[in-house]
Amino acid sequence: MEGQLAHIGAGLAAIGSGAAAIGVGNVAGNYLAGALRNPSAAASQTATLFIGIAFAEALGIFSFLVALLLMFAV
Amino acid sequence: MASEAHGAEEGGLVFHPMDQFIVKPLFGGDAIGMFTITNVTLWMALAVVAVVALMVFGTSSRKIVPGRGQSIAELAYGFVYKMVEDVAGKDAVKFFPYIMTLFMFIVFANFLGLLPMSFTTTSHFAVTVVLALLVFLTVTIVGFVKNGLGFLGLFWVSSAPLALRPILAIIELISYFVRPVSHSIRLAGNVMAGHAVIKVFAGFAAIAVVSPVSVVAITAMYGLEVLVAFIQAYVFTILTCVYLKDALHPSH
Amino acid sequence: MATDTHAAAGHAAEAASAPGMPQLDFSNWGNQIFWLLVTLVVIYFVLSRIALPRIAAVLAERQGTITNDIAAAEELKAKAAEAEEAYNKALVDARAEAQRIVAEAKAEIQADLDAATAKADAEIAAKAAESEKAIAEIRAGAIDSIREVAADTAKEIVSALGGKADAKAVEAAVDTRMKG
Repeated sequence: MEGQLAHIGAGLAAIGSGAAAIGVGNVAGNYLAGALRNPSAAASQTATLFIGIAFAEALGIFSFLVALLLMFAV
Repeated sequence: MASEAHGAEEGGLVFHPMDQFIVKPLFGGDAIGMFTITNVTLWMALAVVAVVALMVFGTSSRKIVPGRGQSIAELAYGFVYKMVEDVAGKDAVKFFPYIMTLFMFIVFANFLGLLPMSFTTTSHFAVTVVLALLVFLTVTIVGFVKNGLGFLGLFWVSSAPLALRPILAIIELISYFVRPVSHSIRLAGNVMAGHAVIKVFAGFAAIAVVSPVSVVAITAMYGLEVLVAFIQAYVFTILTCVYLKDALHPSH
Repeated sequence: MATDTHAAAGHAAEAASAPGMPQLDFSNWGNQIFWLLVTLVVIYFVLSRIALPRIAAVLAERQGTITNDIAAAEELKAKAAEAEEAYNKALVDARAEAQRIVAEAKAEIQADLDAATAKADAEIAAKAAESEKAIAEIRAGAIDSIREVAADTAKEIVSALGGKADAKAVEAAVDTRMKG
């Protein structure tokens, strides 16, 4: 019973990955919108883009980690 | 434990997505001591071999007009050097060999981990936590050595209203200490997630009807993983540069 | 996470094939960390002692070569410009020389022509004068002859008419007629 509850929790935690996907999409989309408006400034901001994506994605990875912990370690 | 449920799965559908991450001694025995030669040792040694092959033997001819290997080595050099210079500033160039070491190790460990049947050293928290802690310690020590107590100005946001500053200082302090956590878990999590997903898709391939879809999905995931392998190395390196910039120029 | 779960996971990992996350099996962290540090130290020394200085040297050398080549190219370009200038100057000089020669030749020819014209004019004038003289002579001759003939004729006519022609009177009459 406890294990099954853990599995349900893992599934719920996995929703966070989807949320992170929305976040990453937001970052990349806004970058693209800005880059199309001012292409000359785009190249200098790719590093910022990747840092932003990394931060957004890290939170998704945290939820994925929680899911894994619930699946395998609890 | 959840594992019992795994073993009792009916039919041929057995998922062991985490099996690929098990640390095993190479030469028999079960006990893993500090100095036991394990698959970790093997794949790290292969990463060293790859780095040496590219950076030392690739450039041994020292040609003015570079060949393939030398071009790639110079590309990697220029890539990281420019990153350090642009992000962390000119005075961070003396940390360049250190950052280059991190980048080369991570990128080669990630790519070697993509070989079938291989072991991915960067998917282990033990590895990434040490890498992140090394960066954290370096940055903190450099910050205090360079700026003395002025390094604490990093947490004192002088542009904010005075009443907010203590609260912001607490937030900044927490975010500073969360850095190595997110820094390490990002890398290991990404790599582990990708490899585990590939394994899960591979498990589905046991069903004949689903297997074509499964193979296509594995191929697509593999492509994504190649991208992730590089991007995570890049992100780890560039975040190191960002932290280093904070240490060298802590003014907010 | 509770510590007993780690222990359980660790034991399980050692016993069975794969329960739990191997990442959280803390029993082998020491091993991984040791080998990681070894790896990092090796890579660091290989890079900082051998690879990076070498690549930096190669890049600097290439930069130097490129700079030298660019300088050489600039020099060649300057030389080419110089040569072009010299060429243009030579062209202008040659043109001026040609013009001078043409003018000289023209002047010479003009002088020759003038001399020849003058000579011809003089000859023509001399010839004309000679001819005029001859014509005048002829005319004078002719007038004398006419007078003679007229006088003779008049004498004959007078004598034929039976008169005795006074030679002096006839001649005077002829002269008067001729003048009139």
